[in-house]
Amino acid sequence: MNSHLLSLIIFLPLAGALLIGTYPRIPARVVKYAALAFTLSVLALSVILLFRFDRQANGMQFQEIYSWIPALAAYYRLGIDGISLPLVALTSLLSVVAVLMSWKVENRTREFFIWLLVLESSVLGVFCALDLLLFFVFWEVEVVPVYFLISIWGSGDRRHSATKYVLYTLLGSALMLAGIVSLYYSTGSLDMVAIAGSGAAIAQTLLPAVPIFFLLLAGFAVKLPVVPFHSWQPDAYTDAPAAVTVMLAGSLAKMGGYGMIRLCVSIFPEVARRYAPIMLALAVIGIIYGAAIAFRQTNLKRLIAYSSISHMGFVLLGIFALSQTSLVGASLQMVSHGLITALLFCTASIIMDTTGENDIRRLGGLARQMPSTATFFMLAGLGALGLPSTSGFAAEFTTFLGSYSSSEVAGIKVFVLVALLGVLLAAAYVLWTIQRVLFGTVLPVFNDSRDADMRQKTYCGLFVILIFFVGLYPMAVVSIVQNSTAGVIKLLGG
Amino acid sequence: MNLDLLRPEICMALTALAAVGADLLFKRKAIVTAVCLAGIAAATGLTFSIMGNAPQIIANRLFSLDDYAIFFKFLFLGLAFIVIVASVDYVNRMKDFHGEFHALLITATLGAMLTASATDIISILLSVELTAISFYALVGFLKNGKTAESSIKYVLLGAINSAVLLYGFSMLFGFTGSTVLSGMERATAAIPSGGAAGGAGLLFGLMLVIAGFGFKIAAVPFHMWAPDVYEGAPTPVTLYLSTASKIAGFAVLTRILVTPFMQPVALARNWGIILAGIAALTMTTGNLLAIPQVNIKRLLSYSSIAQSGYMLVAVAALGMSSSNFLQARSSLLYFILAFAFAELAVFTAIVVMSRNKPADLISDYAGLARRSPLLGVAMTLGLLSLMGLPPLAGFMGKFYVFTQAAQHGLLWLVIIAVVNSVVSAYYYLRIIKTIWTDEPASEEPVSSSLGPRFALAFACLGIAVLGVAPAIITRFSEFGSHMFMP
Repeated sequence: MNSHLLSLIIFLPLAGALLIGTYPRIPARVVKYAALAFTLSVLALSVILLFRFDRQANGMQFQEIYSWIPALAAYYRLGIDGISLPLVALTSLLSVVAVLMSWKVENRTREFFIWLLVLESSVLGVFCALDLLLFFVFWEVEVVPVYFLISIWGSGDRRHSATKYVLYTLLGSALMLAGIVSLYYSTGSLDMVAIAGSGAAIAQTLLPAVPIFFLLLAGFAVKLPVVPFHSWQPDAYTDAPAAVTVMLAGSLAKMGGYGMIRLCVSIFPEVARRYAPIMLALAVIGIIYGAAIAFRQTNLKRLIAYSSISHMGFVLLGIFALSQTSLVGASLQMVSHGLITALLFCTASIIMDTTGENDIRRLGGLARQMPSTATFFMLAGLGALGLPSTSGFAAEFTTFLGSYSSSEVAGIKVFVLVALLGVLLAAAYVLWTIQRVLFGTVLPVFNDSRDADMRQKTYCGLFVILIFFVGLYPMAVVSIVQNSTAGVIKLLGG
Repeated sequence: MNLDLLRPEICMALTALAAVGADLLFKRKAIVTAVCLAGIAAATGLTFSIMGNAPQIIANRLFSLDDYAIFFKFLFLGLAFIVIVASVDYVNRMKDFHGEFHALLITATLGAMLTASATDIISILLSVELTAISFYALVGFLKNGKTAESSIKYVLLGAINSAVLLYGFSMLFGFTGSTVLSGMERATAAIPSGGAAGGAGLLFGLMLVIAGFGFKIAAVPFHMWAPDVYEGAPTPVTLYLSTASKIAGFAVLTRILVTPFMQPVALARNWGIILAGIAALTMTTGNLLAIPQVNIKRLLSYSSIAQSGYMLVAVAALGMSSSNFLQARSSLLYFILAFAFAELAVFTAIVVMSRNKPADLISDYAGLARRSPLLGVAMTLGLLSLMGLPPLAGFMGKFYVFTQAAQHGLLWLVIIAVVNSVVSAYYYLRIIKTIWTDEPASEEPVSSSLGPRFALAFACLGIAVLGVAPAIITRFSEFGSHMFMP
């Protein structure tokens, strides 16, 4: 039953990092190709996962279990289900793109790719770990590479942003650690699935179920980010190097949503139901607030960062609406947002690199000078505003439908209706941005701006294909997700 | 009198004498170093030879030989070995005191080893003083204004502390009628669980003892000496002070508290809660005061105070655990190991950096990673481990300690502790940032000889192994927590 595929996926990038790290004298070009080779092979392996994954089965697949720390009953336990599989695939895809986007990194190239690979390993580990301690280890490891990536290769006030990111993340995860520790002593187990499986029985023997729920939630809320804990996010997204922003927004943010489903909702269904209105309120606030603030932004990356807050609000909405369809919607939204935001940041970074300008007010008319970049940016924007036939539409529609019809939470309809406003706002700021950046007067300053090159066109095109593929055929993702979300709903007793 | 069970200690005493002798006889100072290392190696071998002998009483219960004592003997010997190896370059700065430095280091180790197995308050006091007096001299070695000041401060405060400790011991003796821990245990066992009078007097005595050892382990509010002494002392001494001296304090404090005073339960809970309070205070003060520091040794002294706070969490958990304390004690030992490795990594790097001229400011470490990747990596690993970032030793230590604390009803303390870890991240990151992202003042590579490089590699290995595969080491710390002789 031990298949090792997951271990291979998790540790291949790390092995790459070690390999690059142990040979200090290899030229930068070789480092880049090595990093690409490693990320590509991980991608290939996750494609194999996608095909070998049994969509009809319930429970965890590709499990691996080894004893790790007998004294603590901690195991090296890996496995994936329909909720984590799409995120694993997404992460390995985004890592490849991140390597390609960083092809021009000349400053301390070797270190850059080492950290990028370590980052990929840790994120993949989070999605695959089924042991609380192992999960936490991967969760926390991620901080180090991101810190270095932002503080060394970032732009703007990069050190400040990096420190802010780390402190926020650590505070969240410190509280999460307290939650894990108390969960461990109340149940005597670190097995995420077993703890969730014993469901209601445990919830009653646990004395402080509510505090544990919120301690765990703290870590995920910072990561997603949920609105009062979001202030690190625009800084980090803006100042991080483009490739890292893509990883942060596309992949790392999903760790928050994933954790909420896997731990908060699955282990504490009763608490989740009781406090769902609060979470939904936060979700709606996030959706509206993110969108409203996005309007006021003049920095292109910052604008996308705030739109990201708004879109992650939909994930939160879908999760705490606590219905089968809404959970599917939330998972779909995580994948879709990963693709769309990644494309937005990719194109934004192309625009900012060639024009040397990140102020929307000073950009304009780029559709003429950089036609293909403009097309990609526009398509991503259309996805972000939820145009039918894009993945954004499929995800948001499912989320709304599922939430609206959820019977678990009282007053859900009000929340959904307010959240719908967010879609409206998204349409407005996306279109306004497209108009300001791509259309309008053609500025002669940007006449010699280079359009996207072949490399950039390749990965942007890939994103576009995937966005429309998921949009037109959402069953591709839904069929993976639905059995597992049904399992979560079953824990709710609904 | 079965003194042969004190073989390792006797060997160390002879080594100290041999070091002084070698210093007199030979011009080449490397010989002194070699003599010390050989002596430590021999003592380690001798410790192995007495290891299997189950728990034994030595010298009429003055000492006892149990797995707990053996655990610490190995630890102190290992630390002394690494410290000597790590400072082979540095000692050139104190050429005239080469022999004295090594001899005193050995006697300090001897004191710490005896402390770990002392089971009578008289022998405890003597062993503790042996370590302390060696350190008084070691701290003032550089003989400049700063070290003289810190040395005097250390001596004066140390004297007061000894008085407090003695007073506490006299109270314990007065209420139990015995100087031997096992005798005290019989006395406390006789106290009916509701009995207040004896309990209150004992608690008072214990408070004084905790205050006395609070000084050794630099717990707040007995920590005032630590920053000055850490800053002023020669860096290898700081390294040894922050590890061996502190660990010896924890070893003996735990032994005193746990052997006789786990009963009556109310008493144990009382000192448990008091220690929990001290732990919270210690972590918070240490971490907050570390933030504004610009001198790296001073910063690390506050960090080391904060680390004592985490260790106290484990001791507090012992008090709250009533009888089921094996795991809690194992967690303490594990944390101590992790702490020792991290301190080794960080301080060895500082020792190497300051072998020719002082490198005490954080800014002296700008761009260190580029000047010497080994130093940069080792220091970063050490700091991250102190911060408690997985998958490093410090994280596993914290996790282990925190689960024990949570299990024994100290969840509030765990939350304070984890928030404290975040605060600590701020100043540890500041150093890491300096190491990796700042521009170095000179590109000149930092050279180091084989000794320090070995110490660094050893520390890094320890940090990694304790973090990734703790199972190997938990067996060791469990071994240490098992046998416990009153």
